[in-house]
Amino acid sequence: MADELAIVGKSLTKPDAFAKVSGQTRFADDLALPRMLFGRILRSPHPHARIVGVDTSRARALPGVLAVLTGDDLPIKFGILPVSQDEEALAREKVRYVGDPVAAVAATDEWIADEALDLIEVEFTQLPPIMSIEQAIAADAEPIHGASNVHKAVALEFGDTDEAMRAAQHVREDVVFFEGNTHLPMEQHAALAQYGADGKLTLWTSSQTPHYVHRALGKVLELPMSRIRVIATPNGGGFGGKSDIFSHELVAARLAIVTGRPVKITLTREEVFYAHRGRHPVLMRVKTGLTRDGRITAMQFRSFLDGGGYGSYGVASTYYTGALQATTYAIPRYRFEALRVFTNKPPCGPKRGHGTPQPRFALETHFDKVAEELGLDPVELRLRNLPRPDSRTVNWLRITSCGLEACINKVVEGSGFLERRRSMPRGRGLGFAVSSYLSGAGTAIYWNDMPHSEVQLKLDRNGGVALLCGAIDIGQGSDHILAAIVAEVLGVALEDIQLTTADTDLTPIDLGSYSSRVTFMAGNAAKAAAEKVRAQLFEAVARALPCDVDDLVARDRRIVRRNRPEEGVSFTQAVQLVEAGGGVVTATGSYTPPKLAGPYKGSGVGPSPAYSFSAAVVEVDCDVSTGEVRVPEVWIAHDIGRAINPVLVEGQVEGSVYMALGEALMEEQTFRLGLHKFPSLLEYKSPTALEAPVMHTYLVETIDREGPFGAKEAGQGPLLPVIPAVANAVYNALGVRIDEIPITPDKVLKAMADRSKRVGPASTPAFEFPPLIKAEIPEEWKGK
Amino acid sequence: MPIADRVAVRLRVNGEEMAVMVAPYKTLLEVLREDLGLTGTKHGCELGECSTCGVLVDGRPYLSCLAMPLDLEGREITTVEGMAHGSDPDPLQVAFAELGAAQCGYCTPAMLLTARALLDRDPHPTRDAIKEALSGVLCRCTGYLKIFEAVELAASRGRRHG
Ligand code: FES
Ligand code: FES
Repeated sequence: MADELAIVGKSLTKPDAFAKVSGQTRFADDLALPRMLFGRILRSPHPHARIVGVDTSRARALPGVLAVLTGDDLPIKFGILPVSQDEEALAREKVRYVGDPVAAVAATDEWIADEALDLIEVEFTQLPPIMSIEQAIAADAEPIHGASNVHKAVALEFGDTDEAMRAAQHVREDVVFFEGNTHLPMEQHAALAQYGADGKLTLWTSSQTPHYVHRALGKVLELPMSRIRVIATPNGGGFGGKSDIFSHELVAARLAIVTGRPVKITLTREEVFYAHRGRHPVLMRVKTGLTRDGRITAMQFRSFLDGGGYGSYGVASTYYTGALQATTYAIPRYRFEALRVFTNKPPCGPKRGHGTPQPRFALETHFDKVAEELGLDPVELRLRNLPRPDSRTVNWLRITSCGLEACINKVVEGSGFLERRRSMPRGRGLGFAVSSYLSGAGTAIYWNDMPHSEVQLKLDRNGGVALLCGAIDIGQGSDHILAAIVAEVLGVALEDIQLTTADTDLTPIDLGSYSSRVTFMAGNAAKAAAEKVRAQLFEAVARALPCDVDDLVARDRRIVRRNRPEEGVSFTQAVQLVEAGGGVVTATGSYTPPKLAGPYKGSGVGPSPAYSFSAAVVEVDCDVSTGEVRVPEVWIAHDIGRAINPVLVEGQVEGSVYMALGEALMEEQTFRLGLHKFPSLLEYKSPTALEAPVMHTYLVETIDREGPFGAKEAGQGPLLPVIPAVANAVYNALGVRIDEIPITPDKVLKAMADRSKRVGPASTPAFEFPPLIKAEIPEEWKGK
Repeated sequence: MPIADRVAVRLRVNGEEMAVMVAPYKTLLEVLREDLGLTGTKHGCELGECSTCGVLVDGRPYLSCLAMPLDLEGREITTVEGMAHGSDPDPLQVAFAELGAAQCGYCTPAMLLTARALLDRDPHPTRDAIKEALSGVLCRCTGYLKIFEAVELAASRGRRHG
């Protein structure tokens, strides 16, 4: 009884909910300071050009303009990854995509700032734009950075795949393409900078990664980090799109320093499309060898990523296209080759699922075809190749808990997949797919030995609990997770926890809201801190009662004896006992992931302390005359470890399904003559309330031994199986294979009319990958 | 623009008379947020494409980024700040909070007001009517389901008190 959970596992109202529904949440653009100026950024109209000269004299002369900046005012390069320091806040020599920042102004109002931009004269020499992977690697291609457009090339092998392919009884190879798309958070990015008379800089910004912004500001502005304070404001949606360091953040800071006045920059919606860092377009080739009864013996996977104009997270994205194949299937021999190239498009980066939705589409459609060839149903094929709990994959990823089989069973039973798929009328179909995802990246973005998450608690005689943590709530509910974990451990109510988050002056480090890491990592740090506080309270109460420390429990705002609950003190009295003994009650907790990387170069991307698993069945209803695909119903199961708040987890799952359907059916970021075709909310199609399907969400709990209360991630994994499940459902409905995302009506009609009954790429470009790095494989895979 | 060219605008917002001197080309969105301090109204495009800036004018959904304040003198404007009665939230606000219908919360003010207009017109709407009414307001977080459920929960709990 005493050990039952009071808060964890309950669908309670999250602490920030009422502020959000009353319009009281202050997003970055809601902030205003006295004497505030408005900043605007001039962006390149050319996809690829050399900057010959910038004349700002007319802009500077405009009344109301207080400062104009060009690249020379912020010459130090930066980038989110230490290996890709290739960006400038304002371009100095070259522009690399339409929208690349070139100059900036601060003025007393936005209209003057806009007028000033028109008065800045930039002389460009245009260069040939590189708009595709093929163009980027052509022998005579104009290099976008340095001497070649190859940003990253990877070639890894785990065991002899050629030999295993030769020995395989069945081999299949497929080539597919996934077009790029973008996050489209409803909130446009905004940053407000203030430079105080004390020489301290404060930046409020809608960022998922305030710690990394803090580091970049220190580097580019050449200020000690101790003189910079970064406060992340609640994000009006992020999905990975606010996890980089952006020009407007650095520019607002510099403008505030130059003018001595607060400066705010809010991106227009069009600029948000240029800020991007979204889904990479990826061309993929997957080849699998199997036994006749459908057991995988080897896989060879190749991906070609169209990276856009800068590095961003691209090196990590590149590895991610190959990392999670073996956490979803037991693959005994695996080869992975990948190439990321620079092109003259907005830089790509991490969008929900970071680098893994594309290979997931490739694998899950591929195995749908393999199953058919082998005469197996697609579910049975998956069941014959399940990853095992407490195992290592051939590429050294450590799996702890694994609920994939349970997820599969839930959606297959819930949807009646096996029976119904055989009897659907023409135009209607069911598709199935599975996936896995990380609960936080096991290695930090910059090399260090420090914790990934830290939490501090402070209590005093008033009985409240102050919780300080660098994590930022981007809508995923991280504030709730932290508060719920601490309240659970201390036996108090959710409303007793007072949160201060994402303020680098006040809160201990959390690396950020990316890679689905906050529940697992900051949650573990919060739990550790709360347990230390509880130990102090128990010790003081045990002395006062007196009783044995082990005999005490904390619940219902009291600390009482386990079997004699009438003997005890209130929580506040317990805090006062400790405070009387030693002053303010504090404790810190931290989380450092175990060292998980395998013994090979490139092993830093992919390891996670735990993986989530998902399975989905999607039903489609296709209009055979227009090619339109509608999705009336989705069944999705997710291995969450433990749902700390089921209603919030469901929200993450439903939001992931929604975003996946947008990507599967309509969202794409494409270009014509170097120009973004759809940089607006009207033309960039995304699903509305009318397209929302009926969703059946099943949460599978596997209670991970290292997760806080057993929890794993929910924010990204459930997106993954939905996209290929749509493609497989279209095949079930119409007998056509759309091997290219998004599945738009024109492609469906084309496939129906074509003899091949397929739309998709025919081949991958000829590219000489570097020699394979042949990695040692874990003992358990040797001889298999 | 020169301060001398500003014009006086009188608006009735959330039942209160308000007067400000603003540049005549400022939109209702800008005047609400920048001149009246009502930052509960958000924006996602300022071009009439997302409805994030939705308010109610005489009880009907209205895109504040396309509205000119001078045209709205004498009309009744409601923003999210005007939904609660004192510290008593509207049943829609309670339902959105309880069911997790506000994830990031950015689309929420416009969703709530649009749903309020629907319930005032049709106190027990069908799921299809809810979808139809909210279809102009984009949300990137929720997949809309919790929003539909919250509107239904609020409808089942009956009219606002106060
Ligand atoms: S801000 Fe998008 S419609 Fe008004
Ligand atoms: S809750 Fe984030 S956009 Fe709707």
